[in-house]
Amino acid sequence: MIEIKDLHKSYKIGKNLLHVLKGININIEEGELVAIMGSSGSGKSTLLNILGMLDVADKGSYMLDNFPIKDLDETKAAKYRNKFLGFIFQSFNLINYKTALENVALPLYYQKVGRAERTEKAMQYLAKVGLEDWSSHLPSELSGGQKQRIAIARALAAQPKVLLADEPTGALDSTTSYEVMQLIQDINDEGKTILVVTHEDDIAQMCKRIVLLKDGVIIDDKKVNQVRASDHV
Amino acid sequence: MLILSRDTWQEIFGSIQKNKARTIITVIGVLWGIFIYIVLSGAAKGLDNGFEERFENIAMNSMFAWAQTTSVPYAGFKTGRPIQLKLGDVRTLVSRVPEIEFIAPRIVKGAFGGESGGVIYGQRTGYYSIYGDFPVLSKIAAQKIYIGGRFVNEGDIKEHRKVCVIGERTRKELFAKDTDPIGEFIRIDNVFFKVIGVKKFEDGGGFGDDGDITIPFSTYRKLYNTGDDVGWLAIAAYDDADVMKVEQDVKKVLKKIHQISPEDDRAIGSFNLGEIFTKISGFAKGLTFLSLVVGIATILAGVIGIGNILLISVKERTKELGVRRALGATPSEVRGQIILESVFLTMIAGVFGIILGSFALKGISIASEGADIPYTNPTVPIPFVLGALFTMVILGTLIGLIPAQRAVSIKPIDALREE
Ligand SMILES: Nc1ncnc2c1ncn2[C@@H]1O[C@H](COP(=O)(O)OP(=O)(O)O)[C@@H](O)[C@H]1O
Ligand SMILES: [Mg+2]
Repeated sequence: MIEIKDLHKSYKIGKNLLHVLKGININIEEGELVAIMGSSGSGKSTLLNILGMLDVADKGSYMLDNFPIKDLDETKAAKYRNKFLGFIFQSFNLINYKTALENVALPLYYQKVGRAERTEKAMQYLAKVGLEDWSSHLPSELSGGQKQRIAIARALAAQPKVLLADEPTGALDSTTSYEVMQLIQDINDEGKTILVVTHEDDIAQMCKRIVLLKDGVIIDDKKVNQVRASDHV
Repeated sequence: MLILSRDTWQEIFGSIQKNKARTIITVIGVLWGIFIYIVLSGAAKGLDNGFEERFENIAMNSMFAWAQTTSVPYAGFKTGRPIQLKLGDVRTLVSRVPEIEFIAPRIVKGAFGGESGGVIYGQRTGYYSIYGDFPVLSKIAAQKIYIGGRFVNEGDIKEHRKVCVIGERTRKELFAKDTDPIGEFIRIDNVFFKVIGVKKFEDGGGFGDDGDITIPFSTYRKLYNTGDDVGWLAIAAYDDADVMKVEQDVKKVLKKIHQISPEDDRAIGSFNLGEIFTKISGFAKGLTFLSLVVGIATILAGVIGIGNILLISVKERTKELGVRRALGATPSEVRGQIILESVFLTMIAGVFGIILGSFALKGISIASEGADIPYTNPTVPIPFVLGALFTMVILGTLIGLIPAQRAVSIKPIDALREE
């Protein structure tokens, strides 16, 4: 599903060049649930952002579902993001003046899906995350765990090929974190490819594969025996 | 397609409703501008209409000339010689000043300080100014006669008929309410005159009032023994003529006839409505122009305010716009949304400004009713209103471009960065 070859990325800070990613090579198959681990500042978010076409690499190739991702302008990137990718953020990033339903429907709006179909689909995904009764609530009326579920429903709504989650449980207590991981596992069980950036070991253990970043390179990449989140709840 | 979509509008309403206070403050700026524009230009139009209505009975290119006393010795005459206009002057003027379309010699008893005519009907009496006029006067100053009556005609002149047209007040004072004055006989300075019409009084002639009585010029000269004397001349020039020049020419000819020095500025008095009217309509035009300038300046300030506030709002919404773009909003969609917000706010402000302005105009209209102010039908022409709205859409778009460009100049990755 994802093929990355010799990916480099550096940031300019003043006159200095901060080399964050120093040649990343990774293949991720369809249906995988991959944890990207590493200490703070190791480049996890940078890698995820490049995969998410929010940022561009300086060097290297990126294939998504056998489709080369290159020469992106903003418009093209926006369309690819909309079509191929679903984002889950640490701070949820729901739009605060929109109801849960409207938030979930937003990617479909940008896909130019008609209103009725959009609402129907959004309701479907709200039901999938168990929040169909909260459809007309504003984010401010929801708990952190509920917000992240809404965000997951939103990421799923456009039926992307890959879900990218940057520290999805970073703002949640451990019980809520496990509930969210359980949902992510369920979605993965249905075959969706998911990448989860985390620095928490217990969260990583709930994935099927752990990739460890350090100093801009992958120093470890191993399959693990998935811990089911439901065992913790 | 973007503009027509209900979803687009829902997005706009959503983000506008998000900060009601901001929206209201923003809208008030532009609303104030268009309000001022509408009220001022409507009021200017009202004044313009008012003046026009006052003068509608009088040909705009008309003038009056009368004789006074000389102020310069000339041709063997001493200064201070009184001048008397004569009927014969009329023919000379018509032949020498080809721009004259109509000329009406007039004469009056009363009006300018002399003794008024004593008028009697039955037990009632009154004193009124008595005018001797020719029918041609109605070509220069419209004579509105109430239905059933008529003005002096050629036959009256030729046969020296003892007929008269009375004013509204005269009618009220001499006749009982239910009496039809037409056909009745009144005594003017002890001579019986048949009433042939009641004149509707219209202000704007400069002099004259609602009690005036008009009799045929020929009857007048016999009644008061005035010979060929003419009180003053009412003259209308052709539409394309320059009344100012006609006025000068008329005076020149009259001076020649009456052997007055060309340098004598006092002997012949004159007054021309064209000049006055030009001044008045110039005032109204000035007011319209002023309202345009003030209105546009305030609207501009308001629209810039909208741009400013949208700029702040775009900064506040950096994260939201980043999220939208991560979810698939293209730069042009983001740009379009912000421009539409700008246009929408401007339009809302414009429409409310126009509505409030119209109410204010209505209020002024009601308040000025009855008062002696030339103020009629203060409307702003629809093309002006549409023009203002159109200008606002354009301005809204232009000003919206700035925050819109700002919104898309931030990369989504930067917008989304967790601090
Ligand atoms: N836009 C940027 N400009 C400059 N430096 C950046 C930028 N984004 C990230 N960095 C730096 O790159 C390094 C990796 O950051 P990041 O990928 O966010 O790490 P992680 O998510 O693993 O904590 C950090 O040192 C960070 O300060
Ligand atoms: Mg990070």
